[in-house]
Amino acid sequence: MWAEVAVAAFKLVVVASMLLTIVPVMTWVERRGAAFIQDRLGPNRVGPWGLLQPVADAVKLLFKEDVTPAHVSKGLYFLAPAVAVFVALSTFVVIPFAKAEGVTLFGVPLEGLIVAPDLQIGVLYLLALSSLSVYGIVLAGWASNNKYSLLGGLRSSAQLISYELAMTLAVLGVLLAAGDLQLSTVAEQQAKMWNAVPQALGFLVFLVAAFAETNRLPFDLAEAENELVAGYHVELSSMKFAAFMMSEYINMTTVSALAVTLYLGGWGLPGVNLPDGWLGLGLSLAIFMAKVGLLLWLFVWVRWSLPRFRYDQLMRLGWKGLIPLALLNLAWVSWGLTQGWW
Amino acid sequence: MEQVVFYLAGTVAVASALLAVSHRNPVVNVLSLIVTFFCVAVNFALLGADFLAGAQVLIYAGAILVLFLFVVMLLGAPTVPPEENPRPIQRVLGGFLAALVAAGGWFFFRSLRAGVTPPPEAGDTAHALGRLLVGPHLFAFELVSVVLLTALIGALVLVKRKH
Amino acid sequence: MIPTAHYLILASVLFAIGAGGVLLRRNGIATLLGIELMLNAANLAFVAFSRQNGNLEGQVVVFFVMAVAAAEVAVGLALLVAIFRRLQSIDVDRLSAMRW
Repeated sequence: MWAEVAVAAFKLVVVASMLLTIVPVMTWVERRGAAFIQDRLGPNRVGPWGLLQPVADAVKLLFKEDVTPAHVSKGLYFLAPAVAVFVALSTFVVIPFAKAEGVTLFGVPLEGLIVAPDLQIGVLYLLALSSLSVYGIVLAGWASNNKYSLLGGLRSSAQLISYELAMTLAVLGVLLAAGDLQLSTVAEQQAKMWNAVPQALGFLVFLVAAFAETNRLPFDLAEAENELVAGYHVELSSMKFAAFMMSEYINMTTVSALAVTLYLGGWGLPGVNLPDGWLGLGLSLAIFMAKVGLLLWLFVWVRWSLPRFRYDQLMRLGWKGLIPLALLNLAWVSWGLTQGWW
Repeated sequence: MEQVVFYLAGTVAVASALLAVSHRNPVVNVLSLIVTFFCVAVNFALLGADFLAGAQVLIYAGAILVLFLFVVMLLGAPTVPPEENPRPIQRVLGGFLAALVAAGGWFFFRSLRAGVTPPPEAGDTAHALGRLLVGPHLFAFELVSVVLLTALIGALVLVKRKH
Repeated sequence: MIPTAHYLILASVLFAIGAGGVLLRRNGIATLLGIELMLNAANLAFVAFSRQNGNLEGQVVVFFVMAVAAAEVAVGLALLVAIFRRLQSIDVDRLSAMRW
C-alpha cells in the first residue's frame, strides 16, 4: 500500500520537476532562438552562452515589487494566475512518457511511466482540464479592470472555444483508430506506423489548433503587444506575470507531449524493439524527450517566422478551415476502419 | 475515505450553489457555479461514472460556463438595480416553493430504503456508453445532433444585427 | 459505502437551490444559471439511480441532458444578448411587453 503511494508520489515529483525545469530552459531557447533567426546574438552575458539568464530572470521576478493596482477586483486578480498554473501542471499526468516494462521501484512495478495509469478516461481528462485554462486568462482580463486586458480576455475565450472544437475533432480520429481513451493504448497501437502518416490531415489540424490553444504566435491575439499592449497581463507584475509565463511554457510542453503520443508514436520508434528494464526506460525517455524537444523548437521557430493573424482571419481559419478539415479526417479514418486498413 | 469525499463535495456543492444563485455580481455567480459543477463531477466519479465526470468538466465547466462568462463580460457584468416596488409576498412564496422542493426530496428519499450504492465496478464506462449511444439509442443520438444544429442556427439568428 | 438516498437528497437540495434562483432572481443570467443547476441536479439523480440499478441507461440520459443543456444555453444567452441590446437591461421583469 505505502510502497504504491510512494511510487505515485515519486512519479508526480518527477513530472512536476521536469515541467518546471522546462520553463527556464525554454525561455532561454526562445530568446537565443529568436536571436539566431533574427541574426543577432541574444542574451549572452550571464554564464556561458547566457545559460544563466533564466536564473537571473527568475531572481528578478521574485524580488520585483508586487504591485496591486487600486482598481482591480482583488480576489479574482489573485485567483487568475493560480488557476493558470494549476491547470497547466495538472494535465500532464495521463501522458505516458517512457517505457517501464520490468522496472520495479520499492517492489512495485512502474507500469509504464505515466502518473495516473488507472485513469480510464485518459485523454478526456486532459481535454477537460485543459479546457479550463481559458478561465485563467479570462479572469485575469476581467479582474484587471482595464479595457486592453478585457479585450484580450474576451478574444482569448472566443479563440480557445473555437480551436478546442477543431482540436478535439482531430483527436477523435486518433481515438477512433485506437479504440480507447487511454493514451498508453494509443502509443502502443503506433508500434508499426505512426498516426501522423495515415492521419496527416488530423495532425496538421491538431498542430495548428495547438498553437491557438497555447496562445502562441501566430495566434497570440490575447496578448498582441502592439495593439493590446500585452492583453490580459497588462496589470500583472512580478510573480503573477511569471505564473502566466510559466503556464504558457508548461502548456506548450504538455501539448507537444500530447502530439507526440497521439501522432508520433509516443516513446517508441517504429520497428525498434527497446529492451526491458532500466536501459529501456532511459532510451525510451530520451526518445520521447527528443521528439518533444523538436516540437517545442517548432513552436519557437514559428513564433519568429510568422506574423500575427487578424481576429476575423483567426475565426475564419478556425471555423471554416480547421473544423471542416478535421471532419474530413474523421470521415477518412472511419472509412479506413471499415476497410480494415489499420 | 469515500464518505469524507462525498460529504466534503456535497457541502461545497450546496454552499457554492447558494452563492451562485444569491450573489448580486454575475461574475461571482458564474464562478461559484463552476465550483458546484466540479463537486457534481466528483460525485459522478464516486458513482463510477468516470466518462460522465470527464464530460461534466469538459462540457459544463469548460464550455457552457465559459460561454456564460463570455456573455457576462460582453454585457459588462450587468446587475439589476433593486426593485422600486418590491413584492414581498411573491418573494416569500417563491422561496417557500423552492424550500418545499428540497424538503419534499429530503423526506421522500429518506423514507426510500433503497440500500447502499453498489461499489463502482472496475473498468471503464466509456466503451459501454458508446455502444449504447450508437446502438439502441441511435435515433435519440442523431436527434440530439439536430437539436444542437438548430440551437446553433437559432443563436446566430437571434443575435444577428439587421442592417 | 454511501447510501443512494444521500446522493438523491444532495440532488434534490441542489435542484431546490436552482429552482429558488429561477423563482427569486430578476437577473436573466442568474435565472439561466439556476436552470443549469436544476439540470445538473437531475443528472446527479440519474447517475445515482443508474449505479443503484447497475445499468447504464441512466448515464445515457445524462449524456443527452448535457447536449440539450448546451443547446439551451446557446439559445438562452443569445436571447439575453438580444434583450440587453433592446432594453439596456437584463431584468426579466421588464420583459412584460407582448411585442416590440
